[in-house]
Amino acid sequence: MGISPVLWQFLVKWLHNSALFPAEASTIAPYTDELYFFLILVSIFGTLVVLALVVGFSVKYRREKNPVATQVEGSTLLEATWTIIPLAIFLLVFVWGGLLYFRIYSPPANSMNIYVVGKQWMWKAEHPTGQHEINALHVPVGRPVQLTMISQDVFHSFSIPDFRVKREVIPGRYSTVWFQATDPGVYHIFCTQYCGTQHAGMIGEVTALTPDDYQKWLKESTSGMSLAQNGERLFASMGCNSCHSGNAAARGPNLAGVYGSRLTMNDGSQVLVNDAYLRDSILNPSQHVTAGFAPIMPTYQGQISEDGLIDLVEYIKQLQSNYRVQQTQLTSESNQAAPTTPPQSSNEMVKP
Amino acid sequence: MSATTNTIVVLPDQETARLPKRNYLNNEHGLLSWLLTADHKRIAMLYLISITFFFFIGGAFAGLIRLELLTPQPDLVAADTYNKFFTMHGIIMIFLFLVPSVPATLGNFLIPIMIGAKDLAFPKINLLSWYLYMIGGTLTLAALVLGGVDTGWTFTTPLSTHYLNTHVITAATAIFVAGFSSIFTGLNFIVTIHRMRAPGMTWFRMPLFCWSNYAASVLMVLGTPVLAIAIVLVALERLVGIGVFDPAKGGDPLLFQHLFWFYSHPAVYIMILPGFGVISEVISTFSRKRVFGYTAVAFSSVAIALFGFFVWAHHMFIMGVSNYSALVFSLLTMLVAVPSAIKTFNWSFTLQKGSITFETPMLYAFGFIGLFTIGGLTGVFLGSLGMDIHLTETYFIVAHFHFVMVGGMLMAFLAGIHFWWPKLTGRMYPESLSKLAAVTTFIGFNLTFLPQFILGYLGMPRRYHAYPPEFQVLNVLSTAGATVLGVGYMLPLLYLGWSLKYGAIAGNNPWQATGLEWQIQSPPLTENFVETPIIDYEAYDYEWLERKQHEGVTTVG
Amino acid sequence: MDNAAITLNEPLMPHEEAVSGRDPHGHVMLPQHRHHFETEEQQREAGSFGMWLFLLTEIMFFGGMFFAYLLYRNWYNPAFVVASNQLNVVLGAINTAVLITSGFFMALGVYAAEVRNRSMLVWMLILTSVFGCIFLGVKYFEYKEKYEKHHIPGVNFNISEFVNPPIDAKTHKPDQPAIAPDMAQKTQIFFFLYFGMTGMHALHMIIGLGLLVWLIWRANRGDFSFGYVAPIENFGLYWHFVDIVWLFLFPLLYLINRHPLK
Repeated sequence: MGISPVLWQFLVKWLHNSALFPAEASTIAPYTDELYFFLILVSIFGTLVVLALVVGFSVKYRREKNPVATQVEGSTLLEATWTIIPLAIFLLVFVWGGLLYFRIYSPPANSMNIYVVGKQWMWKAEHPTGQHEINALHVPVGRPVQLTMISQDVFHSFSIPDFRVKREVIPGRYSTVWFQATDPGVYHIFCTQYCGTQHAGMIGEVTALTPDDYQKWLKESTSGMSLAQNGERLFASMGCNSCHSGNAAARGPNLAGVYGSRLTMNDGSQVLVNDAYLRDSILNPSQHVTAGFAPIMPTYQGQISEDGLIDLVEYIKQLQSNYRVQQTQLTSESNQAAPTTPPQSSNEMVKP
Repeated sequence: MSATTNTIVVLPDQETARLPKRNYLNNEHGLLSWLLTADHKRIAMLYLISITFFFFIGGAFAGLIRLELLTPQPDLVAADTYNKFFTMHGIIMIFLFLVPSVPATLGNFLIPIMIGAKDLAFPKINLLSWYLYMIGGTLTLAALVLGGVDTGWTFTTPLSTHYLNTHVITAATAIFVAGFSSIFTGLNFIVTIHRMRAPGMTWFRMPLFCWSNYAASVLMVLGTPVLAIAIVLVALERLVGIGVFDPAKGGDPLLFQHLFWFYSHPAVYIMILPGFGVISEVISTFSRKRVFGYTAVAFSSVAIALFGFFVWAHHMFIMGVSNYSALVFSLLTMLVAVPSAIKTFNWSFTLQKGSITFETPMLYAFGFIGLFTIGGLTGVFLGSLGMDIHLTETYFIVAHFHFVMVGGMLMAFLAGIHFWWPKLTGRMYPESLSKLAAVTTFIGFNLTFLPQFILGYLGMPRRYHAYPPEFQVLNVLSTAGATVLGVGYMLPLLYLGWSLKYGAIAGNNPWQATGLEWQIQSPPLTENFVETPIIDYEAYDYEWLERKQHEGVTTVG
Repeated sequence: MDNAAITLNEPLMPHEEAVSGRDPHGHVMLPQHRHHFETEEQQREAGSFGMWLFLLTEIMFFGGMFFAYLLYRNWYNPAFVVASNQLNVVLGAINTAVLITSGFFMALGVYAAEVRNRSMLVWMLILTSVFGCIFLGVKYFEYKEKYEKHHIPGVNFNISEFVNPPIDAKTHKPDQPAIAPDMAQKTQIFFFLYFGMTGMHALHMIIGLGLLVWLIWRANRGDFSFGYVAPIENFGLYWHFVDIVWLFLFPLLYLINRHPLK
């Protein structure tokens, strides 16, 4: 072939850079691909059947060969066949897809949690141990990772094609997705829900690391404060501790160990305390009044950012005893009593 | 009967043949006689001209989108311009082309004739609906000229209500107004089909084209108002600043999704159902056979219309609808796929024992069957819950709905335009050129959209104007295909225009078809029929036609 | 043909002979008969069928807002209770009565057209529109009151009276239970829906009144005095539909959350 070497090299490079199939880099991916290949087979089979019928009949009954058509009204048997067989295949696909859906959207109990905040146009990942990343996410391989995600503004959608997972990131409520990476490497994060001008720029990279490398990364990139520690500071500075002190006479319910428990509300209903509940009861307290307490908590809507809410949620999640809450409260009260103390010292005192 | 064995076309002797002296085209003269007409056929022509105009505008935006995606870098236009491109492409193609395409042109022209009526039940409302369409179209163009709108055609809140500073309200008004145009068209069709059928024209003697347009009309009448109210609420929320869709104020953005998709899912059936009708007519005519299982095909249209209302949440599987409601909607989605499968097989078996010829409309119809089968089967991928997680919001979904809407509906539209062109204008289109166009369209289409399935599985998100470099090869293929496709669509515009003056005189019934519309002169009289026809034969009764021609009886017109 | 038969069977009004024409096939046609209908009966049936379908689309249109109302009422019940108590139930009740009266006169109008009584028809239509106007007038005062009380969402809204309800002078108790500020915010949604739903209803009334003026003019000209009742009948359907929408709005917005407070 008379193709010039330059062009040839260019073509080779170009094709080398191209991709036809995504990497299988999570435990979910093989399951998704299985269904995908099954569906492709069904599609090819279905298309071939229709093609064979159309081409076959067209050749056999073209006008040259069959000048006069034979009128046929229809056939209940045939029609029943092509109603029932597709229906059976579709139902099989439905069951299979449903099982896969529950697999993808049901996180294992032992998964580690990372928070993700989407905003125009970036992904902010916050690790409980205090690492903050923008448009990047470091995860260990071989461990289930759950992302608790929320949007600060519009709908986004968090997608890692090589892990075959995706979930809408919605303003005003937490959504979750989980995966377990299998191969160390760097994979794309896309925002797949159109979110405004720089939608195509809302991309990032998830880096799957071996457990050793992950530990190394955790040490190198720590900010010094875990989310719970940030939350503790916020808890004190917003004055939450004045009511939620855990004292018998406190005006707010005791928060130690509340996460994961079932609470009885003042209207008698029972709720499970999870991330979404904690967040919503800070923003819309009057809709979440625990039995035996007065609806006196003010709303913090518009006063705490989504990051701050995550800090608070993470703090309350880990709160097992009220000792430090009460200590902090005493300190801040004594600070208020002695105005000579510089105001920022109260923050200093909270620090571990 | 016919001169050659590989065609059924019978044209009158071109030396002596003339267009009928009196017909709807020359009944009155002057621009005003068109703009104030109440004749359904003239309104259909007005629609045909205007939707063709908007189709090519929407197509130009598609071309610009594909051009930008030729390279991974954002080098042709800025991000916000690109966003305006795909928004305009979506709004124009969906609300100004696909929804009115077959119903407002061919349906408008043919439904009264097919059932033996002189006109639609409400001719003035029909004209009003064209004017509403034009107002909607003009407002869309106004939004474009004033600086564009970049919400995407889905108007997702809170993006559209609080985060964009473009002409959202203008575009929303355009869709609102155009929506009423389609409500009135649908209403007119339903009343006409119920009340205006000629003596002897029972429901099960109606051509399948009427059935499928009837089903689409039901969807238009019931679905469009919900879109209207959703759009009104978006506009109010933008204007007043407090609203029901703003999560910061206690509103629920998912409510908008529910209201929007309650219309916009049935809307895809509004778009495709009339296309089914065209295909039934064309396949039957060119295989000289009654449609296999007429009743099943008729009822499957109605079944699609019914089920179509209960699957909207499958657009929201990853949006945090509860897992169990997702299951229900997935199941219903699988059920709505069955009637489409039934239709496809019924069309295939219509060919069996037929006497098949391959004129242009038939080629387009074959293209439709192939592409619609692929489009429908890839829909099963998306209806399957676990699969949808990976595929939704990627190019897979773009490819899927283009296979159904463009590969399906547009092919059907072109099949119909070629099939009824002799009836619309009294003249034939050039046969070999149009066959070339049909083949070009088919090849170009596959080259454009097949690579997008692969891109989708790779994870390339839709609405990206820049993308990682490893996706480039497939995008280049797709853009190349779009170029071929563009040529395929320009050709009919040119030769159909040419044929208006130079095409062969078609005569009343060039295809030897059985429909009532083929028993009258082409182009028809303003009143369609000389005497009210009395129908004493079943639909697609080719033996009746043969007897009639044998006896040389002209029943009507 | 059928229409000729009908024409002969019915007594002709004197002026009708003059205006009725003949179609190209020599059939006698009434002036209102559109040529594309085979018979006048077909025309009348098609008209009312079309009107019913149109009302169906209207139901779907209002349905979207009713759905939003039900959803948020379920979520934010306390806010909906106090906000609903702010509506003026007396004016609402008066308006309900006014609208029912208007509908009554409309029904009489249809009767008048059927018995071909021109002056009665004109008067009934005038009374219908007068009561329609009264409804809109009352609505104006209600909206004005909302503006004064800072209940216009987005533009002019103040939640303080829901958080700290004013003390009643006689009982020295708050005239309604206080709700938390976060819940009080949600009263905006109630008022948005209130204005959205009653506003859409009022818009339908205004369109209806416009049509009424046109119908009165035509009725006075004598268009509907010789057996041609379809426009009156179809407009009646529309007008009653608007009434019925109000009959849903009134209890949902004004009454459902009202508890005897004092």
